[in-house]
Amino acid sequence: MAAKRQEPAIAIRDLRVIRGSRKVIQDISINISHGSLVGLLGPSGSGKTTLMRAIVGAQIIAGGSVTVLGKTAGSPELRSDVGYVTQSPSVYADLTAHENLQYFAQLAGVGNAEIKSVLKTVDLHDIADRPVMNLSGGQRSRVSLAAALLGTPEVLILDEPTVGLDPVLRKDLWDVFRSLVKGGATLLVSSHVMDEAQRCDRLIMMREGEILAHSTLPALLKKTKTKDVEGAFLALATTVDTSRSEEKR
Amino acid sequence: MTPSLMAATARRVLQQIRRDRRTVALLMVMPLVILSLLKFMFTDIPVPPGADPTFDSFGPRLMALLPMLLMFVVTSVTTLRERISGTLERLMASPLRKADLVLGYALAFGLIAIVQAGLILAFSLSVLNLNFAGNMWLLGVIIVLDAILGTVLGLAASSLARTEFQAVQMMPAVILPQVLIAGLFLPRDAMPAVLEWVSALLPLSYAIDGINSLAAGDNNVWSEVGVLIAFIVGALVLAVVTLRRRTA
Ligand SMILES: Nc1ncnc2c1ncn2[C@@H]1O[C@H](COP(=O)(O)OP(=O)(O)O)[C@@H](O)[C@H]1O
Ligand SMILES: [Mg+2]
Repeated sequence: MAAKRQEPAIAIRDLRVIRGSRKVIQDISINISHGSLVGLLGPSGSGKTTLMRAIVGAQIIAGGSVTVLGKTAGSPELRSDVGYVTQSPSVYADLTAHENLQYFAQLAGVGNAEIKSVLKTVDLHDIADRPVMNLSGGQRSRVSLAAALLGTPEVLILDEPTVGLDPVLRKDLWDVFRSLVKGGATLLVSSHVMDEAQRCDRLIMMREGEILAHSTLPALLKKTKTKDVEGAFLALATTVDTSRSEEKR
Repeated sequence: MTPSLMAATARRVLQQIRRDRRTVALLMVMPLVILSLLKFMFTDIPVPPGADPTFDSFGPRLMALLPMLLMFVVTSVTTLRERISGTLERLMASPLRKADLVLGYALAFGLIAIVQAGLILAFSLSVLNLNFAGNMWLLGVIIVLDAILGTVLGLAASSLARTEFQAVQMMPAVILPQVLIAGLFLPRDAMPAVLEWVSALLPLSYAIDGINSLAAGDNNVWSEVGVLIAFIVGALVLAVVTLRRRTA
């Protein structure tokens, strides 16, 4: 276990992804260490979802490598160790939350106690017997999150899990993420809401398929001499753009 | 393959179908309505002396087409929804094996097919007074195989499809040629040789051949049943092999 902890939970080397004819990820390399809560921030279209798909092994990649827990992303051995919550809730709308979780629990090889516990975690136990199609958007995305928590995977990839939730619930969910990390899990959580950054141990900032920064929030603010994440992003983006146009000259 | 995960998948698919009244009606009531219509359609056609009443010869052949058509459409739509809702992506990132998913679907729809065939036969015999010379059980076997064939062709088509739009396009592309040249309208040997060869590649041809042979009182339809099973196995393998965990 100790030896395993030393290598990163997720190691990405020179990753390139082409979707359609566009280069969506351009030579990204990052390490994400065990037991950390990492925020993936970037505007819509910056490649957050694509990067996450590459980590769970759902994305065809054009080059480079993605290694999760020491194995190539998407390996059969990894499928019960990596939980993935897609950006739009991926659950069966015609089934109830409980029926959905029953099915996904069977796939994860866990029982009813675990279903109860994840329903509690995402605060859905009151409405677990309603068909998902009759739930609100935020409730649906919590069903989707609950399904990924079944079997307590070591690595959790959560694509904008808090979008459209009320602030109280958002805080609760970030508390849940924190407690999962305390329990030893590694979480990568994407968001285009920059103020969720305070909640993370480290931040990865993406723009147009490239990494602008990968560091802690205080270090980032210090380096960019800014007061908030939004400002830091702008400062970094401007620096990149200026150096690009100088290169061209 | 993991039998428990396959069974879990079949159970989940059945739960979804049961919840969906319209699909249940489409699968269970629609064939009966169409067969009744067929019977009604032919009521004023005089039957030449010595020939079979038209419904008695046409009805059983239609019993091969309807289950296959309906099961194909329902399977395609169900798997298309799985793709659009993102649950397919989730399943492909889960420990579920591709074969568990495909066989789970086949099992669920196979059970539905048995109920459907039972209803069709019972209704045709008791309400529509179908006169069928051949063995009813064998007719039932062919109808069930035919419905399962519709399901597995639907699974193969949706595995092959790379996009949602392609999945929709597969529906008419797979079904329409079979409706026309598998022997429903014209005996296969009465068609030009080229079409006869093409029809030999279409699974529905063998279902209709088998039913024609039963209707003529010849119960030796094992070769047709064998070919249908071979098509089913082939389509299952195709569906499993072409399903992709990684997509662009
Ligand atoms: N299926 C697809 N085919 C082609 N291009 C895509 C596809 N999905 C996303 N893209 C493109 O890839 C880029 C990154 O998208 P995405 O990873 O979804 O970004 P984000 O999650 O940060 O909003 C965008 O420019 C988007 O238009
Ligand atoms: Mg996204």
